[in-house]
Amino acid sequence: MSITVFVPRDSAALAVGAEATSQALIHTAAARGEEIRLVRNGSRGLIWLEPMVEVATAAGRIAYGPVAAADVPGLFDAGFLTGAKHELMRGPTEEIPYLKNQERLTFARVGVTDPLSLEDYEAHGGWRGLRAALARGPADIVEEVVRSGLRGRGGAAFPTGIKWRTVLQTEADQKYVVCNADEGDSGTFSDRMVLEGDPFLLIEGMAIAGLAVGAARGYVYLRSEYPDAERAFAAALRIAREAGYLGASILGSGRSFDLELRRGAGAYICGEETALLESLEGKRGMVRYRPPVPAVKGLFGKPTVLNNLVTFAAVPVILERGAEFYRDYGMGRSRGTLPFQLAGNIQRGGLVEKAFGLTLRELLYDYGGGSATGRPIRAVQVGGPLGAYLPESQFDTPLDYEAFAGIGAMLGHGGVVAFDDTVDMAKMARFAMQFCAIESCGKCTPCRIGSTRGVEVIDRMVLGERREANVELLRDLCDTMVHGSLCALGGLTPSPVLSALNHFPEDFGMPAVPKARAASCVTPSL
Amino acid sequence: MGEAKSNVSMAMEDAVEQALAETQGLDGALMPLLHAIQERLGYIPTPAVARVAHALNLSRADVHGVITFYHDFRTSAPGRHLVRLCQAEACQSMGSEALAEHAKARLGVDFHHTTADGAVTLEAVYCLGGCACSPTMMVDGRLYGRVSRERFDEVIGALEQPG
Repeated sequence: MSITVFVPRDSAALAVGAEATSQALIHTAAARGEEIRLVRNGSRGLIWLEPMVEVATAAGRIAYGPVAAADVPGLFDAGFLTGAKHELMRGPTEEIPYLKNQERLTFARVGVTDPLSLEDYEAHGGWRGLRAALARGPADIVEEVVRSGLRGRGGAAFPTGIKWRTVLQTEADQKYVVCNADEGDSGTFSDRMVLEGDPFLLIEGMAIAGLAVGAARGYVYLRSEYPDAERAFAAALRIAREAGYLGASILGSGRSFDLELRRGAGAYICGEETALLESLEGKRGMVRYRPPVPAVKGLFGKPTVLNNLVTFAAVPVILERGAEFYRDYGMGRSRGTLPFQLAGNIQRGGLVEKAFGLTLRELLYDYGGGSATGRPIRAVQVGGPLGAYLPESQFDTPLDYEAFAGIGAMLGHGGVVAFDDTVDMAKMARFAMQFCAIESCGKCTPCRIGSTRGVEVIDRMVLGERREANVELLRDLCDTMVHGSLCALGGLTPSPVLSALNHFPEDFGMPAVPKARAASCVTPSL
Repeated sequence: MGEAKSNVSMAMEDAVEQALAETQGLDGALMPLLHAIQERLGYIPTPAVARVAHALNLSRADVHGVITFYHDFRTSAPGRHLVRLCQAEACQSMGSEALAEHAKARLGVDFHHTTADGAVTLEAVYCLGGCACSPTMMVDGRLYGRVSRERFDEVIGALEQPG
């Protein structure tokens, strides 16, 4: 009887040596006459433990990590194939607090199964959502999603079901389903982890969307910076098509749906939905004027369901277990769960899927264990490069769309990037403007010109040139960008800039914020 | 677009024709087509622009506009190895700027330049999705995490080994 050993093929695991670890396991097992079956799973999301090796035992899966190739002989010596103790042993995987305390609805299978095994997918609840959808009419599916309270996980948090309803009700000879997998925000990697760790989930979610709105064609727009994810998803597409989960008659239902994978080309702006559509059509990624919204006039001018990858990935469980099941997680108008991504200067970085409502502090310290460098965490950027920088006084804010909007911040795609006290916030503010200048599509003036002027003004402030006047100028410029930009790139770049200025003025050569006032400080004009 | 079509080598023409055949019939084929050309040649040679424009019934300005809009598409040959250092926020929080300074000094080039021996093109990139194991870099499509200066030197050193 061979023993099953798991080593992730997730690219973050590969980035820290999982391939060498897996080779060492194969060679050492062969040399010692041990029979093992090596499964290349996705990552459980405990990136700080990668490469994390798991062994299937009678008592469940036992985790060891981080396992470098050089640790492998020692693991065999200790008898890890029977789940024996070793200094790298972390106990039963499911009992590791970081994982045990999560609420994994979307990421239920990621890291558990072989990502490209249809048998595994089926055995762990796969296709149940799609089968449920096939038994129901389009309007019925849409209303289930409406009632679940699911909101767009890309950042804008628009109610998904309402968007789908618009597409369903718009008459057209052709409709499309498009997945935004242009995960360009620094600090985010949940799209990538689904593509590499549970790719059939996205196929299932998009097929359900197709049934819901009457679309037979879909596209996945994937960023070029994710070659491993591209390979994994392309393989999953072939497998699903051959097995009849995609194609002319999905699961023999007579309903057709098929998907095409398209690669971006390194433009951050193509994560903006209308720029993404332009890019899919083979054009420069220039933002479109709205209205019309893509739900009415989207890809090639046709009604289009355009959602973030994690939104589609959340749908199958809603169809399988019902809207109420999903809606019962969360707080206020933020229903369900969000896969948070803990990144940057953090001791235990990784993926934490939780219902909305836990605080940033719980995420940073209970899960993250504080900074990686051991220094105090001074600032946290939530929601990618367009998200606000939060000071310690705001760490008790619950992770909820409205609570974050209330302090002039946003959850975005759930990325959380920690910085220790060596960070220079004036430099981060400058970087935000510079990034906007690099990535602006150039269509509107506030973003195209404003970002460059922003860099210059911050430079002058830092040099101490007419500081008060330049602060005024920067605020005025930010106001123009917020209110005059066509899309979120120009419209939200002021968020990291002004939050840095408001919470950390001392980094700009200004007097520090008095402690008593800090907690109630809301970024103005946002 | 000054170069005459006659300058296009046979190999180049072949690559472009193969790419055209591979992407024929796709809706909105331009991006997949440009990727297919660049995969074969490492860049998109200027003479290919006219051929692509003709095949897709676009103007050369349209095609040129798309090539220059996207950071990935290049119009001249890169080095034999492509080293992309992440400079986005999560990597900055773990010292990516100092790593970039080290990389530039080690290779003797700035971002978006190629070493004199044609071995390495160094690029800045904004997020590789390895934000929980920052700082990261990608070398010839392979991701590396928790990259120290020593690790950088090791990886670069291995690239320059003959064979």
